[in-house]
Amino acid sequence: MGHFIIVGILVVVMAILTYVGLDAAGVATQMHPIEASLQSVSIDWLWNWEIMAISFLFALIVVPMAYSMIVFRRKKGDPSEGEHFEGNTTLEIVWTVIPLFAVLALAYMGSYSLGETRRVDPNAIVIKVKAQQFAWTFEYPEYGIVSNELHLPVDQQVVLKMESADVIHSFWVPEFRVKQDIVPGPLTDYRITPILVGDYKVRCAELCGASHAYMENNVIVDTKADYDAWIAEQRAIALANQTPEGQGKLLTVKNGCIGCHSVDGAKMTGPTWLGLFGSNAELADGTTVVSDEAYITESILDPKAKEVAGFSPTTMPPYTLSEVEIANIIAYLKTLK
Amino acid sequence: MKKFFSTALARGLVWQLIGTLVGAGLVTGIRAMMGLSITDTFFFTEPAWVLGAFFGVLFFLAGNGSVSDWFKWSRGIDTPEHHEDHYTGWEKYLNVSLDHKVIGIQYTVTALLLISIGGLFALIFRTELAQSQLQFLTVDMKLFGQNGPQLYNTLMSLHGMIMIVSILLGIAGIINYVVPLLLGAQDMAFPRLNAFSFWIAVPAAVLLLMSLVLGGFDTGWTGYPPLSVRAPVGVQMFFLGVAAAGWSSILGALNVIATIIRMRSKGMTAMRMPIFVWAAVATSIIALTATQLIGLSFQLVMFQRLFGMGFFDPAKGGNPVLFQHLFWFYSHPAVYVFVLPGLGVISELLPVFARKPLFGYRWIAMSSMGIALVGFLVWAHHMFTSGMNEYLRVPFMYSTLLVAIPTGVKFFSWVATIWKGKLTYPTPMLFVLGAIVVFLLGGLTGPPNATVSVDLHLHDTYFIVGHFHDTIFGGFVFPFFAALYYWFPKATGRRMNETLGKIHFWLMTPSFFVLTFGMMQIGLLGMRRRIVDYDPALGFDSTHLVLTIAGYLIGLSVLIFIYNFFNSIKNGEKAEGNVWNSRSPEWQVPSPMPVHNYDQPFEVVGEPYDYGLPGSKYVEFSSPAKSKHK
Repeated sequence: MGHFIIVGILVVVMAILTYVGLDAAGVATQMHPIEASLQSVSIDWLWNWEIMAISFLFALIVVPMAYSMIVFRRKKGDPSEGEHFEGNTTLEIVWTVIPLFAVLALAYMGSYSLGETRRVDPNAIVIKVKAQQFAWTFEYPEYGIVSNELHLPVDQQVVLKMESADVIHSFWVPEFRVKQDIVPGPLTDYRITPILVGDYKVRCAELCGASHAYMENNVIVDTKADYDAWIAEQRAIALANQTPEGQGKLLTVKNGCIGCHSVDGAKMTGPTWLGLFGSNAELADGTTVVSDEAYITESILDPKAKEVAGFSPTTMPPYTLSEVEIANIIAYLKTLK
Repeated sequence: MKKFFSTALARGLVWQLIGTLVGAGLVTGIRAMMGLSITDTFFFTEPAWVLGAFFGVLFFLAGNGSVSDWFKWSRGIDTPEHHEDHYTGWEKYLNVSLDHKVIGIQYTVTALLLISIGGLFALIFRTELAQSQLQFLTVDMKLFGQNGPQLYNTLMSLHGMIMIVSILLGIAGIINYVVPLLLGAQDMAFPRLNAFSFWIAVPAAVLLLMSLVLGGFDTGWTGYPPLSVRAPVGVQMFFLGVAAAGWSSILGALNVIATIIRMRSKGMTAMRMPIFVWAAVATSIIALTATQLIGLSFQLVMFQRLFGMGFFDPAKGGNPVLFQHLFWFYSHPAVYVFVLPGLGVISELLPVFARKPLFGYRWIAMSSMGIALVGFLVWAHHMFTSGMNEYLRVPFMYSTLLVAIPTGVKFFSWVATIWKGKLTYPTPMLFVLGAIVVFLLGGLTGPPNATVSVDLHLHDTYFIVGHFHDTIFGGFVFPFFAALYYWFPKATGRRMNETLGKIHFWLMTPSFFVLTFGMMQIGLLGMRRRIVDYDPALGFDSTHLVLTIAGYLIGLSVLIFIYNFFNSIKNGEKAEGNVWNSRSPEWQVPSPMPVHNYDQPFEVVGEPYDYGLPGSKYVEFSSPAKSKHK
């Protein structure tokens, strides 16, 4: 009996120490990235219960194991065998049935928590999200705004109508917790209610190709006033951008071009656009070509026709754009010097 | 050297090369006649590579002689029924043998080779991850038609699949070597099929490695379309390699089940079988019936690429999520294929070193079957964020959590087994105890992934990476090492060096805890899986550096093991008797095991694990066992 009492006490101590230790490591009461959405609250609540259960079960197995390893080790020169008992049906039933109920309780809590993350607000703001290799684009249909930054008002549910242009992507802002894949084909809904003003990042969580690691865009949760100001500013820019250059820039955002082409000279998956127009491009076959209207048009419509040296075989899909749209993009490229 | 080139292995590889050229040439010829293009980025066109790879596998098998007995039978020629000892020494292992012990060692050594390759790949990309930004896998570097990030994706994907194949071969190795000995059988039920199952895994491994030089593939081992539809031609080699390895797994499982049903010794009723045999049955049932699904899912992508069949193309009415269902219907149960034999090794070895009966034998046996059964009903828990029908998520949460119950039974029974024992700690026992703790961490970090809402955060992060490395190390790697240290004397008549074994254990275990705990921690903080680079603003640099160092220490410990393994074959301390003082039949005869196993048949007269019961015996030989080889 003595062994059981000591082990029992040690299990309790160890369980508490494990929980406290995990909490100190920042993984218990919170999953650490700050809770920035209403949905994260119920997820972290469930997580905390799970860490408590894990701490207890860890202690429940490890303590009697360690105790046996020390106390029941074979002493030097002791030839005898261990105590002979083959099992205990009551005990087996106990440790089958109790876990069964524990598991059902956990599943119930899981269902409850899932329900909380799925609560629908009929007045949610609708924002369209387009994912493609390797950038996110956000469209505010009410205001005719297209942006590569996602601005959200605090304490207001938004529903993102997400679509993919190519492969599977996954929308994940760690501070929001909830993650949702975007599969080519149907639109996917993603509901979130930000509760904390701040700057975050959406990071693609489903492997989507060579630059998957860099498929990150800013997500900014604004106060209601800041959000309105941003909307007004973007509308003004949209109106001012009725020029060909402005429209061209908008098209490069909308089509995700800037996921692979930088405008500041940085080397990304594709060549930078800084100073591109009019320059000489060295091609993979050794020839050079002047980056004029004809060449750029060809490269948009049929990217594989002339591949630039120093880049891997292109993964850029052909884009079907109208003549006017291409002219606008070229007008924009001319401004990048 | 000349000897090497006359072995079945070398002949097979040469024939595989010839087969590849014949297949590719055939398609290229037809394309030339049809006026289609005949070359592409990697010399041959994709259809040519696919037929070439397929022919390569067939030519390997035909050329190395593993199917020649069947050809002879079809021509009415008889072949000798059992082991011929044409070869001695290392040549025995590079040629086709029908002896289950030789095949078991062939499997095991191949598995160790693949583990080393898969581990090397991991160390390469772990080095890149030690710091944020790109260090050497840069956009400007070029290798095998891939730039740095693409190469990272290929290495990461291959690390996954090569390790999976090495695990399948590793468990096949242990099962092949041990199960007939535990049953008292002379060999497996179908010795030729057994040899075939091993040899087809060799061209499979070659195909997997070929994918690296044919442009690689950036899809992860999961190969989800549409990404896998757009990947370079390397992905086709990956698909074909998996298909061939899967064939090996299915046929091997069939053989194991037939052997266990038909070839047990007198008196060995179901509840008197050694517990490892139960684990082998459970794992074989899964491998026999689920493996087809991964082959099928990859084949559909292959056909979509080759023939434009739009199975997973929404524009043609296909659905990418369908692939995930088909894929996980195998690939979830597969993890139980990986861990059940390892858990069987734990249950088998624990009583020997605790000097006590296995606590709750029946419950442990049934829990293996329970895990195998429930394992078939949980696959969609990999798809909680996939956009599949929302209402499916709740039943899959319940079914997944149910797995905890039979798994819990195992843990409780193990603890009760060592309770009041007389524990000793030679190297195999250290690995068994390490396996229990590591698998416990893997098991305990499982339920959070099963509860849907929490999984929405954890999915596709390093938390998952840490979790499954815990389950695989606890369920396979640690028990695999335990089994190798334990049965090594049976195979060689010598034992591995204890000091090196303990260094191996004490270097690997703490490093591994650091590795997976660190992975889980940064996963919670927002580290996504399968990324070549991470945002320095996340502040993960120092943790990643620690993880990389831990990875290298694990690599070092495995190197020590490999040295110990090969060195001990010749120089190990002689151990021809019952080194572990075990009740199991294979230890009642001298080591190394004679070619035809037991000279005398044995009869089961008691319980397998009655340690501490005076005068009890598990098996009795018809007349006192003695080996002709002594």
